Amino acid sequence: MNMIVTPASPATPNGTTRPQVRIVIVGHVDHGKSTLVGRLLHETGSLPDGKLEMLKAVSARRGMPFEWSFLLDALQTERDQGITIDTTQIRFRTNSRDIVLIDAPGHAEFLRNMITGASQADGAVLIIDALEGVRDQTRRHGYLLHLLGVKQVAIVVNKMDRVDFSADRFKEISDEISAHLNGLGVTPTAVIPISARDGDGVAERTDRISWYKGPTVVEALDQLEPARPLEALALRLPVQAIYKFDDRRIVAGRIESGSLIAGDEIVIMPAGKIAKIKTVESWPVTPVAGRQGAGRSVGITLDRELFVERGDIIAHANAAPRETRRLRARIFWLHDKPLAKGDQLLVRCGPKESRATVVAIEKAVDPGELSSTENKAIGRNHVGEIDISLSNPIATDPYTENPRTGRLVIEVSGRIAGGGLVLSVDAGQRAVPVDIVPVESALRPDERSARYQHNGAVVWLTGLPASGKSTLAKALERRLFTNGGSPILLDGDTLRAGLNSDLGFSAADRSENIRRLAEVATHLARNGHIAIVAAVSPAREDRATARRIADSAFREIHVATPAGVCEERDPKGHYKKARAGALASFTGIGNDYETPQAAELVIDTSTRTVAEAADEIEQMLKTTGVLFDEVVDLAANI
Amino acid sequence: MDHLDQLEAQSIYIFREAFGRLKKIALLWSLGKDSNVMIWLARKAFFGRLPFPALHVDTGKKFPEMYRFRDHYGKEWDLDLRVEPCPPIDAVDPTLPPAARSAARKTEGLKMALGKYGFDGLIAGIRRDEEATRAKERVFSPRGLEGNWDVRDQPPEFWDHFNASPPQGAHLRIHPILHWTEADIWAYTKRENIPIIPLYLSQNGKRYRSLGDQDITNPVNSTASSIDEILAELEQTKVPERAGRALDHETEDAFERLRVAGYL
Repeated sequence: MNMIVTPASPATPNGTTRPQVRIVIVGHVDHGKSTLVGRLLHETGSLPDGKLEMLKAVSARRGMPFEWSFLLDALQTERDQGITIDTTQIRFRTNSRDIVLIDAPGHAEFLRNMITGASQADGAVLIIDALEGVRDQTRRHGYLLHLLGVKQVAIVVNKMDRVDFSADRFKEISDEISAHLNGLGVTPTAVIPISARDGDGVAERTDRISWYKGPTVVEALDQLEPARPLEALALRLPVQAIYKFDDRRIVAGRIESGSLIAGDEIVIMPAGKIAKIKTVESWPVTPVAGRQGAGRSVGITLDRELFVERGDIIAHANAAPRETRRLRARIFWLHDKPLAKGDQLLVRCGPKESRATVVAIEKAVDPGELSSTENKAIGRNHVGEIDISLSNPIATDPYTENPRTGRLVIEVSGRIAGGGLVLSVDAGQRAVPVDIVPVESALRPDERSARYQHNGAVVWLTGLPASGKSTLAKALERRLFTNGGSPILLDGDTLRAGLNSDLGFSAADRSENIRRLAEVATHLARNGHIAIVAAVSPAREDRATARRIADSAFREIHVATPAGVCEERDPKGHYKKARAGALASFTGIGNDYETPQAAELVIDTSTRTVAEAADEIEQMLKTTGVLFDEVVDLAANI
Repeated sequence: MDHLDQLEAQSIYIFREAFGRLKKIALLWSLGKDSNVMIWLARKAFFGRLPFPALHVDTGKKFPEMYRFRDHYGKEWDLDLRVEPCPPIDAVDPTLPPAARSAARKTEGLKMALGKYGFDGLIAGIRRDEEATRAKERVFSPRGLEGNWDVRDQPPEFWDHFNASPPQGAHLRIHPILHWTEADIWAYTKRENIPIIPLYLSQNGKRYRSLGDQDITNPVNSTASSIDEILAELEQTKVPERAGRALDHETEDAFERLRVAGYL
């Protein structure tokens, strides 16, 4: 499945541009899809010279009546034999449009092909045999178009010659299919009586359908609205990787939509951090001048050192994607085991991956039977709509706003098990940073460090409840202050009383609690203070997040007092309550505390006095460059 | 963006996915036109570097021009070049026809190199338009513990989302130029001025379209002595690219058998 995106407005030889519209033709087997395509190619003058004559001669030689569908077969055979690049698309032109017909062949793989093909289509032609009328498969295809969000659907009622061009028969079918589609929220752009074989209604209104006043098929296609070209959409640069092969720190990724140029002010989502693009890097020549548009794999450098990671999305500050932990998606399921409510999955949205839980299954449909099954599970090769809750916030767009970032795949056991489109995004916990422009401090870091005799730092005390974190933190705070420094205590419980009072004790809330602590502490550290954080912070991953946020300012201290000693102390009475079953989600009893593996310092308060422990911390802060041994001459640095 | 820009951007995307999602990868450098383009694309992806080894699984039977090319550009491009030998012919499946059996040495050499270094990803320069079984490939193609390829059980791959978790001890083949054609390779080689081995250009009415081992590769009739002339020739010719590769023609399924067993 080649998904190369062609530019939406290709230049023509005379230099003008024509809108490009991508369509699919769907309908019941034998209702005349291939014949219509063959006829369309002919009527729009899209065939190579001599092709038609050649096929006519071949048919005559074999004693077969000529069929328009031979044209398509011949083209398909040519394409199957290789050489040509375009394996999935047939092109032709109307008066004002370039039409790309997305071919979705193959019955066995019908769903997969239809979804991947039609999900890129701007419009569809649904074909119905005038004699047979609306069939199950017609309804199924209508349903799938609706499911994929294809809103522009032209209906053609084919083989009108077989019903003597009866206006009554046409009206009957027209009413039935219109009612069906209207019920799905799709309004047909036109309903057209045709005979694809003879040409009536395809490019011309012939006498035989003189009673019909609407557009021909070619006219109907000419009226389809093209999707907005990817470059015209807002900038989305999902970060694939950060490379630091030399002194440059290059953020690499592919521009999925929009464009960028050095000097642009950008926002990094979901964190919402703001920076400017310093350069666009390349090889062998760098930096690159000029605007880079959708489809390019680029590398950029930023004007400031920010923590950026794989999966972040870079956007322009005034048109950022939404940040969310909750979204609704329309998916197709390919895995043997049905997808059920409560299932744990891995969701990938571009390079971003997040663990996820299926919160609800809103719809589950077998597109073959079209029976809306119970909303409990989505079976293999079925489709449905689901609500997903994500363990990490992601930045995304509904696919109607951005087809590239608004799609996702689902992995089960390391293998892609399904995919789909983002229908809606439950607005994130944080406002979209439309007008956020960080104001920098009036003071330089070195001005502060000269006064305080230290650099800014985040001193993170982690350990079991009652291990002595708060006691140590307070002793350290007093010691640093006495020496003229600027320490600030950030106690986990204290912040829970205010800033974090909206958070509970679920794993997700605990992560968010730690993230906020880390953000506040990092802000203080960047402004030259020593933020002393005392928080159990049991999850290794959460502490890793804190370290990433605070970056080089982070110093981790594991207060490794033995569990028995902690429980014996129990100053807040938590262990007692937990043992009595009155305190849910208490860390300390059980094995839910994940011991740090690379802390800057490990302290056991059962074998040291508070003063000794404070000495050790002070020493560590000296050796790791936070505290200065000697007075710094500020003047010398200016 | 023109056609070559699109191909390039897509390949760079694949390279960066492979480097970011796998632990230990290497690029298979066969010294031919495709893998030279591949190295060039990798250097674009990683801003001038190849941040993983280039592996030459050496049958010892390449043309002297190829060895000269390897030694020269391995240095000039600052590659972490690992040259790995292949086992002798009698260590290879005797039921294969002669040329295929000769080629199968390379599969064995590859397996030995995999075992030696523990790579979980091998980047290979195959293209869909070369040959029918290659047309069925995925971009990230899982290989079994024996390096074998299960055509009937390939994971779905769409929207540039690749399956990048090989089972323990197995590896993935990554194909960054799967979507290129022979003509694309030449047009890009010309545009980017990538060096080539002169055997591709016509001498005495013959040239090589595809380079392999000396004993099982033959030149085709051609007067094309420049890349422009090669491109013009490709527009006309009905001769398949691998016509000069003996192993493709011994039996109908020789190549498929080789590929299922782990051949490139």
